[in-house]
Amino acid sequence: MSNGQHPAPRPGFVLDVDRTTPPILFHHGAGFRLEKLPAGRSRVIYPAEPLAGLDDPEGAIRDALLNPLGDSAPLPALLHPGMKLTIAFDDISLPLPPMRRPDIRQRVIEAVLDLAAEAGVDDVHLIAALAIHRRMTEDELRHTVGDRVYDAFAPKGLLYNLDAEDPDGMVVLGETPHGEDVHFCRRAAESDLVVYVNINLVSMDGGHKSTATGLAGYTGLRHHHNVHTLRNSKSLMDRENSALHASNWRMGSVIRDAGVKIFQIETTVNNDTFGRDGPLALLQKREWEWTGRDRAQFLAMKTGLDVLPGTARRKIFDGWRAPYQMTSVQAGEVEAVHEVTTANVYAQQLVPVEGQTDILTMGLPYICPYNVNSIMNPILVMCLGLGYFFNLYRGRPLVREGGVVIMSHPTPWEFHPVHHPSYIDFFEQVLADTTDPIEIESRYEKQFAEDEWYIHLYRTSYAYHGVHPFYMWYWGSHALEHLGRVIIVGGDPAAVRRLGFQAASTLPDALEMASDVVGPQPTITHMKNPPLLMADVT
Amino acid sequence: MKALQFKRNLPRYAAARLAGSFTPGRGATVGPLELVDLDPPVMPGPDWVRVRPRLSGICGSDLATVDGRSARYFEPMVSFPFIPGHEVVGDLDDDQRVVLEPVLGCASRSIAPTCSACAAGRLGNCEHTTFGDLSAGIQTGSCHDTGGGWAVAFSAHPSQLHPVPDGFSDEAAVMIEPAACGVHAAFAAKVPDSVVVAVLGAGTLGLATIAALRAYTSPRTIVATARHPHQQSLAAELGGDLVVAPTEVRRAVRRAAGTRAISRNGEGAAGTVDRLTGGADIVIDCVGSSSSLTDALAVTRPGGRIVLVGMPAVIELELTPLWHRELELVGSYTYGTETLQDGSTTRTFDLAFDLVSQADLGRLVTTTYPLARYREALEHAASAGSRGAVKVAFDLRDERERSAS
Repeated sequence: MSNGQHPAPRPGFVLDVDRTTPPILFHHGAGFRLEKLPAGRSRVIYPAEPLAGLDDPEGAIRDALLNPLGDSAPLPALLHPGMKLTIAFDDISLPLPPMRRPDIRQRVIEAVLDLAAEAGVDDVHLIAALAIHRRMTEDELRHTVGDRVYDAFAPKGLLYNLDAEDPDGMVVLGETPHGEDVHFCRRAAESDLVVYVNINLVSMDGGHKSTATGLAGYTGLRHHHNVHTLRNSKSLMDRENSALHASNWRMGSVIRDAGVKIFQIETTVNNDTFGRDGPLALLQKREWEWTGRDRAQFLAMKTGLDVLPGTARRKIFDGWRAPYQMTSVQAGEVEAVHEVTTANVYAQQLVPVEGQTDILTMGLPYICPYNVNSIMNPILVMCLGLGYFFNLYRGRPLVREGGVVIMSHPTPWEFHPVHHPSYIDFFEQVLADTTDPIEIESRYEKQFAEDEWYIHLYRTSYAYHGVHPFYMWYWGSHALEHLGRVIIVGGDPAAVRRLGFQAASTLPDALEMASDVVGPQPTITHMKNPPLLMADVT
Repeated sequence: MKALQFKRNLPRYAAARLAGSFTPGRGATVGPLELVDLDPPVMPGPDWVRVRPRLSGICGSDLATVDGRSARYFEPMVSFPFIPGHEVVGDLDDDQRVVLEPVLGCASRSIAPTCSACAAGRLGNCEHTTFGDLSAGIQTGSCHDTGGGWAVAFSAHPSQLHPVPDGFSDEAAVMIEPAACGVHAAFAAKVPDSVVVAVLGAGTLGLATIAALRAYTSPRTIVATARHPHQQSLAAELGGDLVVAPTEVRRAVRRAAGTRAISRNGEGAAGTVDRLTGGADIVIDCVGSSSSLTDALAVTRPGGRIVLVGMPAVIELELTPLWHRELELVGSYTYGTETLQDGSTTRTFDLAFDLVSQADLGRLVTTTYPLARYREALEHAASAGSRGAVKVAFDLRDERERSAS
């Protein structure tokens, strides 16, 4: 398939490293490393090239709204004068990095609002479904929904961030057969229709998780954001084998049975994270295809970045807006929609991989879902590596049980006090005491979750909820249980030690350290991510 | 008789202050402290006895003196030249092992009737420390007439001596005096049950205070600050529930007290912890620096109590919180007599013997030196934390003169 501008995208593949293989580019926070992998026993998983975007996104959106999937009427048929309409949308954590304007959510929301206006609907609320994430700023909301929508709704208080700690704004809709409280936004619960607008960056996103998690607070989240559930989500990117999703799906049934009508709109994006041209384009190229100009450009970029202070480097990367293009949009009944969405995500990201590896290496970039316009603190480094990248598999983990993960990231002992106040305390108190997720959960979670200062900051400032760092740690609990050792190359030794991991100065050092666990000639697999890929491991 | 003597010598005092400001403890090299050979001590009165030290500890106040940092407040309350050393376990001439309670109150000064504080057993509050038969000096170790523990022998009044039970090691015995300071601080704090107490500093005094709080009071949570890993481990072992680095204390007390915080003004400051809205009911400052007292003022709840155990000297301090939050600032100096929960009274030293035994505080004596290596000893003591030590002491048990004298 071609979009007329680029040759047909090549699928992802696995490269066996030999002596002719050039050094491989590793992301390293707001910087990069070139690493030579041992020949004969290493392989590199490359993501697929970006699929073509939809030629007419607005047309595709309108078509999806008018031709819904599953047991759902077209959107216009669900809209009528006098009704209460709530449009909820994914928050700042999606997509990563933030995309160039117009954001997909803006396109979808404008289309929904056009139909609502045509139907004479005048009671409309727009809610950033952020659950216990930090509130979005005005700039971030404007970027997401567009100025026109923002200016029409926000000044009247009709476009806002979810406040999951507002006792009057939240309601418990019921309980699943497993005894899970279904906590839900009251406005959404009392609406005649909830339209959910999603960007499905990875296969974990979307489905019932959009509303059961995005419009919930701690009362509901604690039932699936816990160590037991996440250790039994293998992986949390694979809905069919994810206890996290099973819980969300049970909650979705309760939401439906409580009479909440949801019209789900899901979209997928291609892999064009860094652009086909421009300063970061070579991050999407395969190293042996780098031209002389690419190499010179990389050298100049790396040299320049290396001499800049961390804040300046961060500022440069924070300014990057990904040229993602929408590859699909589907709307209607949640489960029917999500099935198609997942297939579309897999079409872009899934790479077949044969067999597990002794050592999995990964270069962690500057951004994860929880540090957009913020600092990637050590807990987020752990979460990105062991929570997200490790779980980007279907079938079996890429690394064998008892194997080693080597992550590359500077891991500075640095926190954003506004965004991550409870992370600081989690790092200073909890991890100083124990890194065992079970112990952390039983001894500390409740105290942090109910801490009134954290709640105050979550509700009034731009702070992640007090319990959020716990969830980051639990996100990595499957990996922690599975792995024999975790090593961070180039990480601040004190911060890495506090995480319970080992710090190495170089990749060869890290491989040497790993040999204690996996023997002297281990197999090595490098997950060249991002652009995003998901390993289909057989 | 071999002794470390501190003379009044202003140029050398200034040199010590300068050297000590660069390298803590270095004042011993250039300052007024000298290893000298003196005549054996002369008993200041008929009841006095000779004590031959076995171990003699180095305390923070000694280091302040050696490095020229001690408060001018003490100038009229010492008599030169003097021999420092007030944490002492030693032998009497009949070989009875004793621990010194160094405060020189009315009894040792042959003052009768005694001042009201001494009459009440509060020796540390004696009103006559510059009067009576002795030269000025608030303690043995700062009085010319008595000598001090950093010598092969010194004089002591029987009222100052406590027999050491069999089974007590010398290391445990030399910890009795600093432990008594910790016990006194715990009682001075008047800790109600189930409150949050913060102890700032985990040197000898801080650790002894934590142990005493755990032994004699029932707080809900003890938050302790400790700079170095071994201090953190000891603080936790001795009873600290939440042991953190000093830079983390505001956040830690906030968590323990379940209170809110006030952040600094300005963009990007929300979520920082400048001070707490509530805080710890009681903060015991065992450091006594501008920084530690500022922390104490930031984390003590309105109406709460700050107990100052560390010796502060001259410091700069913003006292507005003291006024605005109606805080109590209470000093805690040495020891005397404590009133227990049942209303009975006990000498602090008696409680300290129990505490040292129960909490195994003898383990805090990590390093000893002979008198001849006093410069190394004092530099080591001045950087004890960073060098993995807690209490550094002089070991005089093998001094040749000791057996000869």
